[in-house]
Amino acid sequence: MSPNINLALELLPLQLWNTLYMVFTSTFFAVLIGLPIGVILTITDKGHIKENPGLYKALEFIVNVGRSFPFAILLVALIPFTRWLVGTSLGTSASIVPLTIAAIPFVARLIEMSLKEVDPHILEAAIVMGSTPWQIIKKVLLQEALPSILSAVTLTLVNLIGYSAMAGLVGGGGLGQVAIQYGYHRFNTFIMGATVILLILLVQGVQWVGNRAVQSILKKRGKRP
Amino acid sequence: MKPPILEIAALSKIYKQAGKSIHALREITLAIAPQDIYGIIGLSGAGKSTLIRCLAKLIEPTSGKILFDRLDISDLKGKNLRNFRLEIGMVFQHFNLLSSRTVAGNVAYPLEIAGTPVAEQKRGVDELLQLVGLSAKKEAYPCCLSGGEKQRVGIARALANAPKVLFCDEATSSLDPRTTKEILDLLRTVNKEKGVTIVLITHDMEVIKRICNKVAVLEEGRIVENGPVSQIFAEPQHPTTKHFIQGSCHEIPEEFFKSPSPHRKLLRLRFKGAAAGEPLISQIVKKYHVEANILLGWIDRLRTGTVGTLIVELTGTAEGIFGSLEYLAEKTVHHEVLQRYES
Repeated sequence: MSPNINLALELLPLQLWNTLYMVFTSTFFAVLIGLPIGVILTITDKGHIKENPGLYKALEFIVNVGRSFPFAILLVALIPFTRWLVGTSLGTSASIVPLTIAAIPFVARLIEMSLKEVDPHILEAAIVMGSTPWQIIKKVLLQEALPSILSAVTLTLVNLIGYSAMAGLVGGGGLGQVAIQYGYHRFNTFIMGATVILLILLVQGVQWVGNRAVQSILKKRGKRP
Repeated sequence: MKPPILEIAALSKIYKQAGKSIHALREITLAIAPQDIYGIIGLSGAGKSTLIRCLAKLIEPTSGKILFDRLDISDLKGKNLRNFRLEIGMVFQHFNLLSSRTVAGNVAYPLEIAGTPVAEQKRGVDELLQLVGLSAKKEAYPCCLSGGEKQRVGIARALANAPKVLFCDEATSSLDPRTTKEILDLLRTVNKEKGVTIVLITHDMEVIKRICNKVAVLEEGRIVENGPVSQIFAEPQHPTTKHFIQGSCHEIPEEFFKSPSPHRKLLRLRFKGAAAGEPLISQIVKKYHVEANILLGWIDRLRTGTVGTLIVELTGTAEGIFGSLEYLAEKTVHHEVLQRYES
């Protein structure tokens, strides 16, 4: 076997695992924090169930600021925070911090968009039946918007695969780091190519699973996907 | 007489829009008795939606009072407001079902939020679906249902918590005529079997005729006429009411309006009750020596009885015609002299 293939077999499975670990963990935390923010952005907006212009504007401002940071800058700017939180700014676990923080405002916006697509007449029906705001959120908004929320999560995963490669450039581990160390610094085209192909397959795979999940829900509900 | 379940006193709603005030409701006063099927009819923009939404407390009136079962609903908040809403049900024009839930799930929703135990929920759902005739579609999602079926789910859902009043917001306006009849019959059944009071808004006189016992005609935010349906049908006073009753299918050709004179009159006669059983036309022809030319005639079958209408051209001496009109009035036949097209 050529040394290249050996090297690839040695590097890529582990780094693929690292990428998956980073991407899925940070998506998990981003949704965990971004979803409630998205819900609050939705219900405090004008004409919604808990209209609160002050809170809405404040939260929207924070989300917009968060979204206007280029990821490369966020990555560097967050190093002290990451070091404080994880103990180091290097490696996959450390990368999860900037990835999560970059994704939170993105997720919040996507969730807000999904929830605002829910037909206001359905909300009115829920209100007139005597639902509490919490029941409306849990049983109506999140359920009705579930396919759209799943699409948003898929989009976040795909985006974070891209961002995770960027984190690899500054010692974050994962496939991005392989690409920069072997492909760029050592001119190893084979490893570079293999990494790129793996990333493409990963994105395709995530998107496929996400689409299937959305379609199966829509099909169950009798809507054409 | 039983005290009204719903009392509306001097209810007004003013919308402020781009610096202008729009009076959607002006001093509406109505009393709705238990077990009434009270119809509120009006054209688009007459304020009927605003009215029913005020009654369900989806919007706040600018002034006036609403008493629901003697409870003033204007100050209700939080838990008290939700408790009030458990005592009302609402059916919508566009059904507004949860697409994420099956038929059974949609009907279970109001029971869930009211904290009904699961076993009881199941029993309740089965019973309600049987009532609306949808047991077979229990596990179907709303997307796979026809409009009529969706509205049956909407009605079952609205009835789940045994409301005292059911509000129907143009519940049949997006259904075809046959389905409309089925849904109206279902509402009538529900009214009879469950004793639930129904307040419905519509722009369709057929709906009023078929199921309502009382009606209020709304125009530009005012009630221009209200009362028992049979009375409103037999003796409509306001032009808008007449317009609704006349409908569009009974138009009289223009030439009949040409020469009104003391010797020739075009009349609309409305018969109800005992008057319908007497040969009044042949009686006036004999008695007053007038000639009667019957142009149009029809019967409106109301929930509360039958009203017959005749469009008749009378020709004769001025005294003869005058006498005929007096005689008809004496026999409690409502008549009016037609001058021209009533728009």
